[in-house]
Amino acid sequence: MTLKPCPVVKEIRETPEAIVVVLTGEIDLHQSPGLHAALVDVAARRPRRLVLNMTEVGYMDSSGVGTLVELLRRVNSYKGKLALVNLSQRVRGVFEITKLDKFFQIHASEEQAVQA
Amino acid sequence: MSQDGAKVRQMMNPARRVELTITSDASSLQVVRAALKRTAELQGFSPDEAHDVALALDEALANVIKHGYGGPCNMPIHITFEGVDHDDGRPGLRLTVRDHGRQVDPCTIRGRNLDDVRPGGLGVHIMRTVMDEIEWSCPTDGGMLLRMEKYRKAPQPHAAAPPGGGRNS
Repeated sequence: MTLKPCPVVKEIRETPEAIVVVLTGEIDLHQSPGLHAALVDVAARRPRRLVLNMTEVGYMDSSGVGTLVELLRRVNSYKGKLALVNLSQRVRGVFEITKLDKFFQIHASEEQAVQA
Repeated sequence: MSQDGAKVRQMMNPARRVELTITSDASSLQVVRAALKRTAELQGFSPDEAHDVALALDEALANVIKHGYGGPCNMPIHITFEGVDHDDGRPGLRLTVRDHGRQVDPCTIRGRNLDDVRPGGLGVHIMRTVMDEIEWSCPTDGGMLLRMEKYRKAPQPHAAAPPGGGRNS
């Protein structure tokens, strides 16, 4: 897979059950456009499950949340599943403030996300 | 300063006034967040509170970059943060963001309906949620001025000293 360079995308793994994207760092207005482009590329492969491992994401603002909302729309449009894994309390707090936590599947581990 | 005049505040320590000027380039955001987090922690905010304050400023700056200037990344944004006291004695931080971009009526700046699940329009809602006070104004020489304030939480009841210092004298 050819991906545009994106500092907050650490790794992309493909398993029989899902594509797992490991994110890292701080996701703000500076990083969100690159992340959006990278995730659009992944979603274009229409994985049945797309898992974002956010263990190493220390910060996310509304531009990052908006990027994931856009991704959720894309994945829903082909009836795939999008799951977020291991959000820190601060990142989860941004989802809660914006009341978007109820629209995402949020899991404690990749294993749970893949099996859900 | 608050327009209602109900609260009288003063700088706790003039040395803790920080002034930054950045350009409207999103690559500066991480540096500003780091500076503000450290300032907030020096002011006695918890790491979680410092994160919230930095998040609010980040959203404010993102709005200036996206909507105030709308594209150019070489336009100035002036930022200050300084220690203030609430009238109930709690210390806090006052943040200001001054730009020279497009003016909008402050009355029209509000968060959108969160039942509508779509990207964008979330920043103002976040700012209003995590800060104690927030106010936009339109300076006569153009651009926008944003003032936000956040105060430390009051001490928990169990931490308060008992009447008479707890001594049976």
